[in-house]
Amino acid sequence: MCGIIGITHWRGDAPPDEGLLRRMLGIIRHRGPDEFGLYRDGRAGIGCARLSIVDLQTGQQPIPNEDSSLWIVFNGEVYNHPELRAELELRGHRFRTRSDTEVILHLYEEHGPQCLHYLNGQFAIAIWDAQRGELFLARDRLGVRPLFYVQLPGGLAFASEMKALFLIPGVEARLDPYGLAQAFTFWAPQPPRTAFEGVRELPPGHFLRASGDGLAVQRYWRLTFPRAGAELRMSEEEAAEELRALLADATRLRLRADVPVGSYLSGGLDSTLVAALARQHIPHTLCTFSIAFEERAFDEREYQESATAFLGTDHWRTECTNADIAAVFPQVVWHAEAPLLRTAPAPLFLLSRLVRESGIKVVLTGEGADEFLGGYNIFKEDKVRRFWAADPDSALRPLLLRRLYPYVGNLARTGDAHLRAFFGKDLLAVNRPGYSHRIRWHNTSRLWGFFAPELLGTLDGYDPVEELLASLDGNLGDWSPLAQAQYLEVTTFLSPYLLSSQGDRMAMAHSVEGRFPFLDHRVVEFCNRLPPQFKLKGLREKHILRKSAERLVPPAVWKRRKQPYRAPIAPAFLAHPPDYVEALLAPEAVRVAGVFDPDAVARLVRKLRSGAVISEREEMALVGVLSVQLLYHLFVEHFPPQPVREVILTPPPTLRAGGRGEAPQEAL
Amino acid sequence: MSIRAPIRRYILENFLFTDDEARLRDDASFLEEGIVDSTGVLELVMFVEETFGIEVPDEEILPENFDSVERLTRYVEAKLREPVFTMAETVLAW
Repeated sequence: MCGIIGITHWRGDAPPDEGLLRRMLGIIRHRGPDEFGLYRDGRAGIGCARLSIVDLQTGQQPIPNEDSSLWIVFNGEVYNHPELRAELELRGHRFRTRSDTEVILHLYEEHGPQCLHYLNGQFAIAIWDAQRGELFLARDRLGVRPLFYVQLPGGLAFASEMKALFLIPGVEARLDPYGLAQAFTFWAPQPPRTAFEGVRELPPGHFLRASGDGLAVQRYWRLTFPRAGAELRMSEEEAAEELRALLADATRLRLRADVPVGSYLSGGLDSTLVAALARQHIPHTLCTFSIAFEERAFDEREYQESATAFLGTDHWRTECTNADIAAVFPQVVWHAEAPLLRTAPAPLFLLSRLVRESGIKVVLTGEGADEFLGGYNIFKEDKVRRFWAADPDSALRPLLLRRLYPYVGNLARTGDAHLRAFFGKDLLAVNRPGYSHRIRWHNTSRLWGFFAPELLGTLDGYDPVEELLASLDGNLGDWSPLAQAQYLEVTTFLSPYLLSSQGDRMAMAHSVEGRFPFLDHRVVEFCNRLPPQFKLKGLREKHILRKSAERLVPPAVWKRRKQPYRAPIAPAFLAHPPDYVEALLAPEAVRVAGVFDPDAVARLVRKLRSGAVISEREEMALVGVLSVQLLYHLFVEHFPPQPVREVILTPPPTLRAGGRGEAPQEAL
Repeated sequence: MSIRAPIRRYILENFLFTDDEARLRDDASFLEEGIVDSTGVLELVMFVEETFGIEVPDEEILPENFDSVERLTRYVEAKLREPVFTMAETVLAW
């Protein structure tokens, strides 16, 4: 795991400045504090801040091919690298290291961009062809690892995090109204758009080629589902067995590392199963990590304890208080580089800190099971609304919605009329694309009411939902309703939000790498071919996964219904707020940033402080406003908020005195 | 198509969280024995519609149809014996 950066100047008249490249590595050094390396020629400079996990001794980057015409920097893991390497060696490729990075480079020599199809892993790759003056960038299928780029006059720059790009003279951070509009609809800007104007995110499953002749972005992998009714024909038992075997193998591959691998353990089914599978493959005691909340409503420690007792793990827990959430929130936004509508990333930031303190660099997580195996309420909501739409005059059918949202206190207390009004919107439009998500998106976009009039003027006529739906695959409508909803959930939420703001960014903030057995593409492709009722049977979520997990996880965990992962919001920021909260929500600060209407924000804050009953939407508004104000403060107004130190490059292994086990070289 | 077995299996898995067949008598009242609560009955409605391709109107969501494995099995069997009219045929039949 690493952070990568690079700059190209196609005409070769101004080689990238070494000091700038070292500063770019310096600002993302949290991604890879162990080693720093650069390659530079007349037209390009690429660099890597490395977190050493595989091939600790010789895996230093950038790595060249045999004749030094190609150079690679790489962030991520290719889990099947030993198998790929053996095949390449048979074809005559010579290797200098044991690293997966070098395997990608030779595979690229062999197959060009098609090499991506062979890789099982999570990656962001940059390969510089020094001979042809061409840059190749690529990102894993689901976007586990980030990659951003910006076009320069006569060149291009890329980086694992946008903050590195803002160090380049002439690249200034400006908040993008359209990126903000998307974030306040889908919870995240949708790639290639980001929260910043001109900065592009390479979409998951895509690669990019750029040279003096131009730039082209191309898709190499597509999330797809069978036509409704054409799903796999197999019994539930067979499906559960095959899923268990695939997950076991996906987990086994993800334990490949030259450092110990731990596991997150939320107390839910998914992470407990992953920990159980991991434990079967490692000789030592598995370290597991969890968050406990001061507020009982969010706390899952009871289940975590039963899971750790059952699995016999060495368990570490961090206690998360409301004050902690407020205290770390600015760092959370600094790392996320995106608007946030919930505080949920903050505890994950604290959790990765705990992992780091324990000495572990790599953790497995259960991310992806809810998306690919039907765990989320939004899938049930879609199903119940379709059930209701089949008999729209039914007095009883809408009551099933109560089954879904018992934890939303305010909703449960309102009468049926509210339930009908809220979920009955466009009830009968079951064939309209986006049926599953329109209510959520519509409801979230009500937050646009807090935007400043000038920003709303810019957005006049812009509808992110229509834009998104117009860009979807033409055959989406042939899939089962569940598959359609899963597709939207994965592409609009898992990839751009969960894997980023709650995933990579929070883990890498403390130099911790997350690994995701449920996102192994073989697991994903198998799950996608299963009949929808294997995933959501009636309203029983993750039906097949439960069958697979039975007897591997403790009964208490196996039986429980899904608890959404949430963290406290209003009390964190309002009870004893840190100084920055007051300062950034002040009318003048809001006016200067230009995103929100100062008056609307002032009214919101007054209401939140009045002790009135606070709605979900008002809590989202608070976090949304605060996070965008922080983005403005950190990236636009005061960038860089702290002095950036250039990294000191790590000498090649042959020159190192100490050799193996030497302390990492870092800037003083 | 077997009716009883998938119904039993669904109730065991979804409401009783077990594979133990002995935990569910076919004549046990779902509501009286607390096996299924009132909105749980609607889950059952959804399940039998999805599994057996029948349509259940509100007026048939009654204890005599939905309150035990026995009753539900008989109800589904009866529904499957009903002639299926398309909407047009229903209108014409008027």
